[in-house]
Amino acid sequence: MIDFEKFVLPNGLRVLVHTDKSTPMAVVNVLYDVGARDENPEKTGFAHLFEHLMFGGSKNIPVYDEPLQMAGGENNAYTTNDLTNYYCQLPAENIETAFWLESDRMLSLAFSKKSLDVQRKVVSEEFKEHYINKPYGDVWHKFRELIYTTHPYKWMTIGKELKHVEDAELQDVKDFFFKHYTPMNAILVVAGNVEVENVKLLAEKWFGDIPSGIKYDRKLPVEPKQTAPRKMEVKANVPLDALFKAWHIYPRTDPRYYIADLITDILSGGGSSRLYQSLVKEKQLFSNIDCYHFGSTDAGIITIEGKLVKGVDIKVADAAVNDELKKLLQDGISAAELEKVKNKTESAMAFEDMSVMSRAASIAMYELLGDANLINTELARYQAVTAEQILQESKIIFDENNSSTMYYLSNN
Amino acid sequence: MNRKIAPLIKDAIDYKLDLKPYDHYTLDNGVPVYAINAGAQEVLQLEMVFFAGNFFEQEKGIAAATNFMLKNGTTTRTAFQINEAFEYYGAYCNRACYNETAVLSLHTLSKHITALLPVMQDMLTNAVFPDQELEIYQQNSRQRLQVNLQKCEFVATRLIDSYLYGEQHPYGTYTRLEDIDKLNITAIKKFYQDYYIKGQCVIFAAGNIPANLPALLNEYFGKLTIGKPPAILPEIKTIQAVEKKYRVQNEADAVQGAIRIASPFPNRHHADFKKAIILNNLFGGFFGSRLMSNIREDKGYTYGIHSYLQNHMQQSAWMISTEAGKDVCEATIEEVYKEMKKLREEKIGEEELLLVRNFMIGSILGDLDGPFQVIAKWKNIILNNLDESYFYDSVHEIKTVSADELQELAVKYLQPENFYELVVY
Repeated sequence: MIDFEKFVLPNGLRVLVHTDKSTPMAVVNVLYDVGARDENPEKTGFAHLFEHLMFGGSKNIPVYDEPLQMAGGENNAYTTNDLTNYYCQLPAENIETAFWLESDRMLSLAFSKKSLDVQRKVVSEEFKEHYINKPYGDVWHKFRELIYTTHPYKWMTIGKELKHVEDAELQDVKDFFFKHYTPMNAILVVAGNVEVENVKLLAEKWFGDIPSGIKYDRKLPVEPKQTAPRKMEVKANVPLDALFKAWHIYPRTDPRYYIADLITDILSGGGSSRLYQSLVKEKQLFSNIDCYHFGSTDAGIITIEGKLVKGVDIKVADAAVNDELKKLLQDGISAAELEKVKNKTESAMAFEDMSVMSRAASIAMYELLGDANLINTELARYQAVTAEQILQESKIIFDENNSSTMYYLSNN
Repeated sequence: MNRKIAPLIKDAIDYKLDLKPYDHYTLDNGVPVYAINAGAQEVLQLEMVFFAGNFFEQEKGIAAATNFMLKNGTTTRTAFQINEAFEYYGAYCNRACYNETAVLSLHTLSKHITALLPVMQDMLTNAVFPDQELEIYQQNSRQRLQVNLQKCEFVATRLIDSYLYGEQHPYGTYTRLEDIDKLNITAIKKFYQDYYIKGQCVIFAAGNIPANLPALLNEYFGKLTIGKPPAILPEIKTIQAVEKKYRVQNEADAVQGAIRIASPFPNRHHADFKKAIILNNLFGGFFGSRLMSNIREDKGYTYGIHSYLQNHMQQSAWMISTEAGKDVCEATIEEVYKEMKKLREEKIGEEELLLVRNFMIGSILGDLDGPFQVIAKWKNIILNNLDESYFYDSVHEIKTVSADELQELAVKYLQPENFYELVVY
């Protein structure tokens, strides 16, 4: 059981406090309800670039990092298609430093031209390092565009193309800030060796006078139901052929999400999983194969991806994957298999909850989904899934007309 | 309230850091166990560290292959059954092979421990190494290597180590495709006999430890023909490359270069090591370091640049590592040397030194949070034949080192002519 208390400041900022006296540290986690899905299609990669600019100085504090490091703290941030999360950890005695820093950059950034110029370059190098200068680096750029025709999940967090990042202007930065970086659109979680009363005082002191802003009303284009299989072939300078398949699933808050999540564990995620045992070990068609999903807030996808053993025809490998799925749809799963994936979920959650930082981020994420207490109740939702539900949902998800397939072929 | 004024802070020097002591006991066969019992979650981590790293192998890749295949079949269980035995309980049994050591580890909910120890015992006494499992391992290793060889950073990491230590040295050696082809069951079985069945082992446990764990460990591992670790390992001579500067083209269409700049450095027992860790932090060890501030935050040449002391038992190296735009690689290298020069010629200011002290102490405080982190600190101390004074002396050094001492250290070690320099495009 992970205890927390919640209160809301008059300006709309939601504050959640999780006390853990066993640690000398405190964590301050600020989540903003904005991600790559909220970007203008002509200016993609902006939410992530903006995250970098949040470290380039705020209205009253020229640099973010130094005072935090001086207080013995460390910090980082990440942007996903759904949200942007900033977190820092520091000795609990110095927690006010984090309030001071986080509140000032929520109040207003410095909007420094120099910071924008440098971070455009830094993000361009990040783009090159992860998505251009690596074999298979552009897979998800191409594959997302096949899977999504309409929803903004069709581009990656890093952006559709380098040019979008290179073209970002200071006015874009200002507009984005005042639209999304407001108390109404933020969640503050404070965790670790802290007292609720003290956090209340500090929250009111530092965040209380920030103008609330306007609640961002998300009206994203809805992905229409897919009605026919989609296929794509790519040739690239890679040593091995690779197969990518994806099927649309449900939004994060849909009750069927838990069923879809367990399906990915049945198929892959260990040496005794179905795809690994059959396709890597027995048939030796793949050198590795994985099945996963991204846990997206809006309707996401289940993906199967694998690299082929040299010399195997990709059509044969694709058919073998489909055969495994057919087996699942015909025979369902055994009671032991279901027990196994539930045990795995229980264990994964226990390990994840070990660190205060991870608990703080989970509380923020669940609050964003609408109910922070999901951190305590989600396991029961997994426990309630039946073998029959897995069979039924597998039939719906793994429908041929719901599938996208990409052959990513070696051109040498 | 004035938002321009920072709240008061407690400085690092005012924190007292304590490394939670371990429980220690010895199994009947002499294998030592170190345990940290702490944490709210009902989870357990068990690491069996064998002296079975590539330091001990006669043929390249045998140590890693043997370690990997511990999980691929015993006289009574197939690879599939072993995997299922762990995965049914949501547990993870992993293995990893390093230079001196090779590890078999378990992560599980504490309540399942009794079901899992027999399987680990089976792997450590009855592994059979089937031919077909080796073939699959070879095939998949070959393919993984082929993909990695297209990554500049992978190639750079291999090459720089070979310059520092020589390819004949366990720290400088690397696997080629033909080495994978040559792996054979006879050598693997012999390695298993020598370094696992009759191996030298130390066990580290952490988490929510059941009261009967000592008895369980003794029941399953205390009767095996393994023994305690060697007091000291023979030293293997390094053969350093003569040529210092390298530019290697790996991919014709690369848009970045992987840069590695490195110099040999003594191990943890050397008097300069603890101070060097502090100087390294200042130089390139954290986000606020000189290298990051200049090369990322001012020039935007890279997504990240780091320096560190390699984590080796016998011989270390001081390494600077980054991936930078192809057109700014040479400029990046120039800036790295400029930062070395600054550290040699200008004394670090008190404000910056205080920041580094506070950051490092805060970081250690955070690092001691949780049983897995605490046992990791102890593991490092014990495997390097150190004791807790290493931890406390390091903390003392962070609190008291002077700007003069750091400058002397920079003059002694941060000399460009001592460094190898490599870019892989």
